[in-house]
Amino acid sequence: MSSVPAVEVRDVNFGYHTGSDIFCGFTWIVGSREWWAVVGPSGCGKTTLLHLLAGLRQPSRGQLLVQGEPVSRPRSSTGLILQDFGLLPWARAAENVELGLRIRGIRPAERRERVDYWLHHLGIYDLRNHYPSQLSGGQRQRVAIARTLALDPDLLLMDEPFGSLDAFTREGLQNLVASLGEERERTSIIVTHDIEEAVFLGTHILVLTGHPIRHGLVVANPGARQPGYREDPQFFHLVREVRLLVQRTQATAFSEGTAETLRTGGAS
Amino acid sequence: MSRRGASVSGLIMLFLWQLASLALRTDVLPGPAAVGAAFLEQLPRGLGWHLVVSTDRILAAILLTIPTAAPLGIVIGQSRRWSRVLSPAIYITYPIPKVVLLPIVMLFLGIGDAAKVFLIWLVLFFQMLVVVKDAASAVRPELVQSVHSLGANRWQLLRYVYFPACTPAILTSLRVTTGTAIAVLFISESFATASGLGYYIMVEAWGRMAYAEMYAGVVAMSLLGLTLYLVLDRIERHACQWLDPLAGPGAREEASE
Repeated sequence: MSSVPAVEVRDVNFGYHTGSDIFCGFTWIVGSREWWAVVGPSGCGKTTLLHLLAGLRQPSRGQLLVQGEPVSRPRSSTGLILQDFGLLPWARAAENVELGLRIRGIRPAERRERVDYWLHHLGIYDLRNHYPSQLSGGQRQRVAIARTLALDPDLLLMDEPFGSLDAFTREGLQNLVASLGEERERTSIIVTHDIEEAVFLGTHILVLTGHPIRHGLVVANPGARQPGYREDPQFFHLVREVRLLVQRTQATAFSEGTAETLRTGGAS
Repeated sequence: MSRRGASVSGLIMLFLWQLASLALRTDVLPGPAAVGAAFLEQLPRGLGWHLVVSTDRILAAILLTIPTAAPLGIVIGQSRRWSRVLSPAIYITYPIPKVVLLPIVMLFLGIGDAAKVFLIWLVLFFQMLVVVKDAASAVRPELVQSVHSLGANRWQLLRYVYFPACTPAILTSLRVTTGTAIAVLFISESFATASGLGYYIMVEAWGRMAYAEMYAGVVAMSLLGLTLYLVLDRIERHACQWLDPLAGPGAREEASE
């Protein structure tokens, strides 16, 4: 494991112009190649945290480092997958996958090679000439995943990537994403409101607490992404545990406006 | 519209025209056969040349409009700051009927092609500017954010997001303003000139009370408008296939996981 953490969030403040701070002195460290799932009550700032990490927004105070470097704009090796897929409606599936490579000025021959590889790998090669409107939700998300992975990111950020999909498709894509992590030295962070998804994918689960958020509760989950984990009693136990934590933080966040720091399950 | 539908509509209009001509029994309304004969007869004798001159003027105005109105509309639509600065000016000037500026335009640009092309450009420019500005401001922020996260700079956002998102608006605005552009062309060619279909209809035909020739000029002008409309419609359908979920290879298969 590299000595430099993949993500360092130190004493960060952030708020939108229209309201009070969402994060206040927030600190969080993510190790290299770790899988994190971020959960929390609706509207608590999960997506904002991801946007900060992606360089789409800047903190008003504090330090935000990815691979040891400050993030002042989107990094070329950070990949972001969104709930609404973010596909260009006027571009065919292959053109959408190619977009990031074009933006980064990769040569056409290499672009074609990488696009074809990921289209094949994600089982959507036959759909390469389809427009997004001609694809199902699951197929569109596969295109969005292919577009991001074609850039070979060292940090993969996912914002409720399967939130709009039906349960069966969602589970299939969760399995797919879980299997992708082993292929490269990649750190993955998924933001989700789905507790089962968080427990299945995240070896570390961060429960955001407080309003504004000062700390997170960290739950260790070493069994995540293992085959058959969804049927494991430990999975059900942790789902129940995390759900209780979210409910508890929701209650404390909005009744007291303060936060507490807890560590459960031998968190890292 | 199907070819069959267009043919039937065309035949019905010709039939009604013929009926009106027979009912009125006046030189002022010759029947379609007489006008068709005059059209074919006049085409090599000057009408064809006037048609080419008018077509050139319209095409020049369109070719000037796209690179001026579309980028400005996109810039204003995607930037709150530019929108704040320029939208009031557009709001005030958009409703002014541009054709009344013809005498002023002629004072500045003379009676040649430049004044006519400029006036048509003025009409097309404002129509396209407003429609493209609205299309650019309607681009979903999530889409911009997603492409931005891939590392796109401002220029690449314009190229890969805003311009393609506004292409349907650019083509639709051209298509729907074709009629107005032809009307402005007719007015600008009606006086102080010696070429173009407006001149042909008003001076060479109407002035000599050559009614069949006058109608031949009207037919030529209508054909110019119709052809432009059909060409733009075809380009729009080709360039904006993604708007039609029944187009492309995906239409042949059921999109399912």
